[in-house]
Amino acid sequence: MKDSSILFPGAPADDGTDPAAPQTIEHPAPRTRRQAGRVRDWIARHPALAAFPFVLSAALLLWEALVRWQEYPVFILPGPRTVLRKALAMAVDGSLLRHAQATVIEIGAGLLIGLTLAFLLGYWLGRSRTLDRILSPYLVASQTIPVVAIAPLLVIWFGSGLLSKVLVTTIMVFFPTLVSTVVGIRNVDPDLRELMRSLRASRRQLFLKLELPGALPVIFSGLKLSVILAVVGAIVGEFVGADQGLGFLINLGRGVLDTPMIFVAVLMIVLLAQGMYWSVTLLESYLLRWKQLGLKDGD
Amino acid sequence: MTEPLLRARNVSHTYSRRNRVTPALAGVSLSVQAHEFVCVVGDSGSGKSTLLRILGGLLAPTSGLVQFEGNTVRAPQPQIGFVFQNTNLMPWRTALENVLLPLELRKPLADQDRERARAALALMGLGKFADAYPSQLSGGMAQRVTLTRALLQSPALLLMDEPFGALDALTRERLNQELLRICHDRQQTVLMITHSIQEAVFLADRVLVLSGQPGSLQGIIPVHLPRPRTLEMLTRPQAGALISEIRACLATGAEQAARQ
Repeated sequence: MKDSSILFPGAPADDGTDPAAPQTIEHPAPRTRRQAGRVRDWIARHPALAAFPFVLSAALLLWEALVRWQEYPVFILPGPRTVLRKALAMAVDGSLLRHAQATVIEIGAGLLIGLTLAFLLGYWLGRSRTLDRILSPYLVASQTIPVVAIAPLLVIWFGSGLLSKVLVTTIMVFFPTLVSTVVGIRNVDPDLRELMRSLRASRRQLFLKLELPGALPVIFSGLKLSVILAVVGAIVGEFVGADQGLGFLINLGRGVLDTPMIFVAVLMIVLLAQGMYWSVTLLESYLLRWKQLGLKDGD
Repeated sequence: MTEPLLRARNVSHTYSRRNRVTPALAGVSLSVQAHEFVCVVGDSGSGKSTLLRILGGLLAPTSGLVQFEGNTVRAPQPQIGFVFQNTNLMPWRTALENVLLPLELRKPLADQDRERARAALALMGLGKFADAYPSQLSGGMAQRVTLTRALLQSPALLLMDEPFGALDALTRERLNQELLRICHDRQQTVLMITHSIQEAVFLADRVLVLSGQPGSLQGIIPVHLPRPRTLEMLTRPQAGALISEIRACLATGAEQAARQ
């Protein structure tokens, strides 16, 4: 068991740890064994990361085998090498970058607007139970409307340019972050609120020093969902009406039976969503690094 | 007698929630002199915590008046420090950062503030734990951090609500001894709520007995044990007599409550 006396040797004896507990003495192992041990440690800590190359190669092999065995035409199921060639060709002529960029801009703008609104309204609802009671039914009802169903309306109203996609993304992104912000603000420890009151903290200090850091763990769970949904929102918006973007590429590929292009667009979308998800996760583990130190003694 | 540091006059409090009205305190008057250590003993439901929150300005009494240094208390005062039973440390701040919080709220921190806080933690035996997060501290250590946090503001009055109530008996005894030493060194004025009669006798110059529902003051018992106090003193007949006297006071209040 890890306890604080191991973390902080020489601690006073009355800190709830047991000074009589046997100490483990580590003998240094020979160099080769130590290195092997280090690799094993890394694998134990990151099993998913360690397994990934194997999973990926297995999937690619299976894919290639399926294509060869069934002799599918390219417009039904292109092989991985065909898709890779297509991707390289599109990267070279700049079309891949252009379309990806369009989608990224839509996602970025949608996130910026959607998250800002969600934080502001979420904070407000988290602070006031009355307001929450009044507005919640409508907010929940609004979520029962499938975004796919209203996306055409948005395109009719706001044109097939950037704005309609940004709006679809905004709507998608809004709700998870809103809910997690409300819950996060509401779950801030009331004892800490009282402490801040006894210290005569200002409204601003209360927010910056208590409410924001206190709500952050919960907010992040919504944020992770929101960034994934942002990608979905942008693609859905592009499906309905667009002249560029990864969603447009998929639509175009379907129209001209360029299946490898659909694959390239889908892979880009996956990469994009993954990248955003892991960025948020990294940010989370950096901002909430205090959470990973939960080595509470059994006192 | 000089003007007391803190004075409560006929303080009553009633909690009303929807159509239920619960009286918690009835006509409590007390005073705390500067440099005095006062303990309030009472069983659960006698309004101890309500009293403390009223005295500290966290709660407005339904009727009555609280004066601190001659001025009426209506809101939390900068000169009054709190230690609550639950170790209300912010989990995302290290021990040092938690201790610095009150200073930080008043003005931008200077390097000397950090040094002072570090020194204060070291004095409490937490020198090596200054950069540890609350989740890495034991209950006893966490409560030392909250005590350091309260003392670093140099409050004229320290209000403590069963500060060591959640700790095991041994840790509690040790922390009580440390508390006495610190309060003696700083001539700290303390009003402490406790439900342990022994603890009250060990610590206090005067013990106020709060009892009944709603809680009212059943007696004020001066403790004339010499200082510095030792745990051994609790075994003296004098201490034994005090303990029975307090117990009798508590029982009177409980009887009155039962009769009503």
